[in-house]
Amino acid sequence: MFSILRSMGLTFLHAFHKRDTIQYPEEKAKLFPRWRGRIVLTRDPDMGERCVGCYLCAAACPVDCISLQATEDETGRRYPEFFRINFSRCIFCGFCEEACPTYAIQLIPDFEMAEYNRQNLVYEKKDLLIDSQGKYPGYNYYKVAGMAIGGKGKGEAINENPPVDVKSLIP
Amino acid sequence: MATIYIDNVPYEVKPGKNLLEACLTLGINLPYFCWHPAMGSVGACRQCAVKVFKDEDDTKGRLIMSCMEPVRDNIRLSVDEPEAKEFREHVIEWLMTNHPHDCAVCDEGGSCHLQDMTVMTGHNYRRYEYKKRTYQNQYLGPFLNHEMNRCIQCYRCVRFYKDYAGGHDLDVFAAHNHVYFGRHENGVLENEFSGNLAEVCPTGVFTDKTLKQHYTRKWDLTMAPSVCQHCSLGCNISAGERYGSLRQITSRYNGEVNGYFICDRGRFGYEFVNSPARIRKALVRTHLPEAVTKDVALQEIWGELRQARIIGIGSPRASLESNFALKALVGEENFHVGESENDHDLVDLSLKILQDTPARVISMREAESADAVFILGEDLTNTAPMLALFVRQSVRQKPLEQVVQASIPLWQDAAARELVQDQTGPLFIASIAATKLDEVATAICHASPDAIARLGFSVASLISQQSPAVLHLLEEEQAMAHQISQALLAAKKPLIISGCSSGSEAVLKAAANIAAALAEKNGGTGIMLTVPECNSLGLAMLGGHKLESAFEAIQNNYADAVIILENNLYRVADKSVVENFLAKAKQVIVLDHLHQATTDKATIVLPAGTFAEADGTLVNNEGRAQRFYQVYPNPEDIQESWRWLIQIGKALRNPSLTNWENLDDITAALAEADQQFKGLEAVAPPAGFRIAGQKIPRESHRYSGRTAMLANHNVSEPKPPEDPDAPLSFTMEGYRGQPPSSIIPFFWSPGWNSMQSVHKYQEEVGGHLRHGDPGVRLINQPGASFHYYAEVPEDFKPLHHHLFLVPLYHIFGSEELSIISPGIAERAPDPYVAICTEDARAFQLEAGKVLEFAVNKQIFRLPVKINDDITKGTAGLPLGLPGVPYEEIPAWAQIFKQETTWKHQPQIIS
Repeated sequence: MFSILRSMGLTFLHAFHKRDTIQYPEEKAKLFPRWRGRIVLTRDPDMGERCVGCYLCAAACPVDCISLQATEDETGRRYPEFFRINFSRCIFCGFCEEACPTYAIQLIPDFEMAEYNRQNLVYEKKDLLIDSQGKYPGYNYYKVAGMAIGGKGKGEAINENPPVDVKSLIP
Repeated sequence: MATIYIDNVPYEVKPGKNLLEACLTLGINLPYFCWHPAMGSVGACRQCAVKVFKDEDDTKGRLIMSCMEPVRDNIRLSVDEPEAKEFREHVIEWLMTNHPHDCAVCDEGGSCHLQDMTVMTGHNYRRYEYKKRTYQNQYLGPFLNHEMNRCIQCYRCVRFYKDYAGGHDLDVFAAHNHVYFGRHENGVLENEFSGNLAEVCPTGVFTDKTLKQHYTRKWDLTMAPSVCQHCSLGCNISAGERYGSLRQITSRYNGEVNGYFICDRGRFGYEFVNSPARIRKALVRTHLPEAVTKDVALQEIWGELRQARIIGIGSPRASLESNFALKALVGEENFHVGESENDHDLVDLSLKILQDTPARVISMREAESADAVFILGEDLTNTAPMLALFVRQSVRQKPLEQVVQASIPLWQDAAARELVQDQTGPLFIASIAATKLDEVATAICHASPDAIARLGFSVASLISQQSPAVLHLLEEEQAMAHQISQALLAAKKPLIISGCSSGSEAVLKAAANIAAALAEKNGGTGIMLTVPECNSLGLAMLGGHKLESAFEAIQNNYADAVIILENNLYRVADKSVVENFLAKAKQVIVLDHLHQATTDKATIVLPAGTFAEADGTLVNNEGRAQRFYQVYPNPEDIQESWRWLIQIGKALRNPSLTNWENLDDITAALAEADQQFKGLEAVAPPAGFRIAGQKIPRESHRYSGRTAMLANHNVSEPKPPEDPDAPLSFTMEGYRGQPPSSIIPFFWSPGWNSMQSVHKYQEEVGGHLRHGDPGVRLINQPGASFHYYAEVPEDFKPLHHHLFLVPLYHIFGSEELSIISPGIAERAPDPYVAICTEDARAFQLEAGKVLEFAVNKQIFRLPVKINDDITKGTAGLPLGLPGVPYEEIPAWAQIFKQETTWKHQPQIIS
């Protein structure tokens, strides 16, 4: 008898506690920057595409929902010709973000991507690419890579010596 | 056998090897860079260090490079000793100080030996904080990409290119910490084996440029074991596909055929598969639109052929199964080989020689160990490139005897080359024009095919009395014949190489006589004959009537309809004859890969799968039957030629074809129908073959994008395609261990992602694959009986106002399919006719001027190239090159008088 009354009392007290439920969608959930939600492709500080089409995200993906094709512009800079994520398969594990050597692919705190039609959950590059550096501002992969691209010749990257003069006789 | 102790565990190993080879053969992972199983050791990279101990009590030991230390009985070494491990880790850390942060944009990534070795040694954190060295790259032509920053100075590239393949335009420049591997200036890498640099380079300095244009990582490729289709040698290749297009060809090790390497035509000639000129739909010319579905096309064929008398034209570049299916469909008496008359006779003769010769018909890799070689009438680099590479190694056999005498192991490459210098063993070449192998030959002779045959016959008569003597031989020819016969008699493993490319039966007969004469005296004598196409020998074994009788059958109304299998008749017969034939035939059904002149005239065109979309068996020049497998499911209506033919046969209710369903049914029927093909089923496991109940996957376990690659069409994934013809699956599911050697789709082993993983599949490093190398020899040896050929040709005599046309070949350009690939087309020469200076002067011509001549009523107008290696009175015509029409040569050409230019100029009357 006592336990019943005690339970009722405790339940009644909960009416005065702080609410865990929020009135979504009028009220938005507080999400932290590293929350793993929607996947985006970011740009580097020069607003160039960060993705170089290295296929590591696709290889890391446990549900194989990323598919892309790397290509090159006339200056040798690599970018994905297409980049497709099938969000109806994605489990938001964030492995792709961990695998990405250029900070291109990032999971952002946004989950509002529900669709009535499953086909609409297939995102192409135009749906994924944003005009921002995302969580990792300042990083520019091509500034540390050895490949020459448009606007950055050999030996012009960070911590690089100018190209060797093969014909030099100086020891 | 010697006993060695590795980390106190005794192992039995073969003496004569080095410790690195011994460790790798035993399955112990030991990192290395500069050592290569085909090229030996130089001890340049210091990566394979191990500790060797004096005896059991020695605890200190000393560090040695395992690739430089021979196996000794009771030697004690340690791979896991902490100091040795630390040493290896330091070495790779040094190598990595200047290596760029490039893996994400590097084509080698995922199949990179440097990545593998870095992981293996445990170096995973870069401590070097200073500036990195950089280099400018070079343009190296359409095949290879150069990214010199990535170099780790292992010297493998120059050792392969210069020492092994005999190239002249790649070298190492500059000094100390900024050596540079490249050409002396930007330009196309000239050697025909340059593509192997992409595999030989342990990192991404040299990478496949054609792959870069549709880049895919190794783990994402759907791969299948295949056989190269671009010459008769049958080199083994792995073909890789992604997103419905063929992406890359890599060499597939076969210890008896091609070993580690393939030529550039084989590696880069694959792009015809992705060509926009591909036939992708069945076409019925009477329909509008012409492109129809499979069922409509078959319905149409049934309607047209039901009452018709059909003949079939086979193809030397189609598989045995396709040719046999056509033969069964049209009946033996109506089956014609799709070869020119001359080729047909030559290949038949080659087959007969191979069957009868008392000499050993050797496999290609054995050519490497021949110690005296005589090549008759072949420009190997252009007609059978990989054989040229092996012949180039064979000239080292004789000088290497000194190395053995000096107690230097043969794998001590630097020491052996130092001792040998540029000495070469006996190699004799008698060819129509200069060949690339001339530079390592002992004696060369450039002559007309008849003169080559006469030289050959006289060599044979000097070796054996039974071979007919040659009369009226010039003194210098006699001297050369004497020199050749002496060298061949002195050799332990002499090898005679000839083939069909000179277009002369006499040359083949001369080669057969020499081989037989030598074999009387020396059981080690070998013979190799090259044939024109990848399945020429298979087609010859299958047999069929001459192409001419097909033309006659239609002309004389013995037949109404013709089925042409994977063949462009304009390349094998005279244009006017073909035109008449195609016009006269009521129905012309062509099965082929690409739109070409013959398909343009066809009434019904069926899209046939290339080697990448079909399974089949090819018989190479030594009579080895090898299976190639479909790489990816057939796009649209493309299917194997034999499958089309079975479907036609079923529609026509042909009794012999109605029971056939898959490839195994045809091979079984073929093996049953023809004694020669006995054992054909043993070429590869049947389609029902399983290991632990599973198929062998064509895709790696890392294969990515399965649920996204087709999601743009439909988010629901389709059922994975099935393969009824092979024990291979099109998916990544299946047995993960080592499959039988003939169905290895790609080489991979844990920790070994690059091509270097092949040693895990070998019985011993550089030896045969486990469970035997793929392929079954269909020619039984030794031959039953050989009768010496007695018809020695007359000496060649120039004719006034005539030139004797002889065929010339180009590795890039002469072959029908590879020329469609843009890279190969870029390297192909423009059409020309080659004559010597003396003839040019006689006809008042200079280089670049047009020579007008007629052969059998066909008129040629081709720019002249001066080539003084061409015998006076003959002219070289590059057969098969686009822009050079087919003509049955060797033949006499009538030269039209060159009109002097002033006649064409308008006369000015003042």
